[in-house]
Amino acid sequence: MSGRPSPWALFAAFLGIALSGFGGVLPFARRELVDRRGWLTADDFNETLSLCQSLPGPNVVNLSIVVGGRAAGWRGSIAAVTGLVGAPAAIVIGAGALYSRFGAMPEAQGAIRGLAAAAAGLVAATAARMAEPLLRRRILAAAPFIIAAFAAVGLAKLPLPYVMAVLAPLSVALAWRWPA
Amino acid sequence: MKALWDRLGDLAVQFAVLSLLAFGGVNAVVPEMHRQAVDLRHWMSDADFAALFAIAQAAPGPNFLISTLVGWRAAGLPGAIVATLALCAPSCLLTYWVAKLWDRHREARWRVALGAGLAPVAVGLVFSSAYVLVIAADKSWRLAAVSAASAGVVYFTKLNPLWCLAAAAALGALGVFS
Repeated sequence: MSGRPSPWALFAAFLGIALSGFGGVLPFARRELVDRRGWLTADDFNETLSLCQSLPGPNVVNLSIVVGGRAAGWRGSIAAVTGLVGAPAAIVIGAGALYSRFGAMPEAQGAIRGLAAAAAGLVAATAARMAEPLLRRRILAAAPFIIAAFAAVGLAKLPLPYVMAVLAPLSVALAWRWPA
Repeated sequence: MKALWDRLGDLAVQFAVLSLLAFGGVNAVVPEMHRQAVDLRHWMSDADFAALFAIAQAAPGPNFLISTLVGWRAAGLPGAIVATLALCAPSCLLTYWVAKLWDRHREARWRVALGAGLAPVAVGLVFSSAYVLVIAADKSWRLAAVSAASAGVVYFTKLNPLWCLAAAAALGALGVFS
């Protein structure tokens, strides 16, 4: 990492990332951290992101914790995550309040219906994009777990903790025994 | 007052568990959040959940803010704060701690196996999210067409997804889906 940003600079950077990130923050995080501020190289960014994606929790929040922590310890982590989450949380509550106040108007109802349908489509596309590289690299190991997780949680509506307790160790054991 | 505290405690425990199960991001726990908030605790209807999810997607910031809105629906402003913190704090602490280990064991085999093993499960969960949201949102063939179109645009092009959301909202405001 080139230079050591202060907690204050981390807060400002992640606040900016959060507020420009409509419909997904990750591309903006990359632009700000790699291209504009130069705090991480492109390789650093990819590697850090893959760490954040293999841990539970919101990926971008994890990214802010790691980048903040490497730069300035726990103070850096707290500054970065506060910048990322604080303002958007306030905005989203405001939007939610507007929805409960004006949600009954026919125009608002229609707009929300359209939004919800489009948002569902976005998630489907995200799932397909995530699946693609896994299926290309190790289809025999990946496909059964993709299907099993979908059937258990999506179709059968089984509680997530139980599903994870069964599928995660099996899948990790398989990846351990036969690395890609 | 007691009821509020009970509800906040409930939210805190529930979302802290989800935080540690959200492999691959918050989309992975949307089906479970939906099951708890709609099917088990009746904090909101199916359509409300889909609407709140859409608002969280359309607003600036990380997509996990659906949790903020679910907490807000369940227990007002305190609920929103508790849900947001509960969803972030456990995974943040874990990440902070693991990142230090990670930087020390870059190429370790356990780390590679963990990443490779968890990925397909996470993908299956995100497909589950899409399924739950499609069922909640697509009450007519026109809405189903909107979902299919936005999925197609985002999958095949590099267009900012916000354009899909804006176009769908504009069509809806004009009364296309009523």
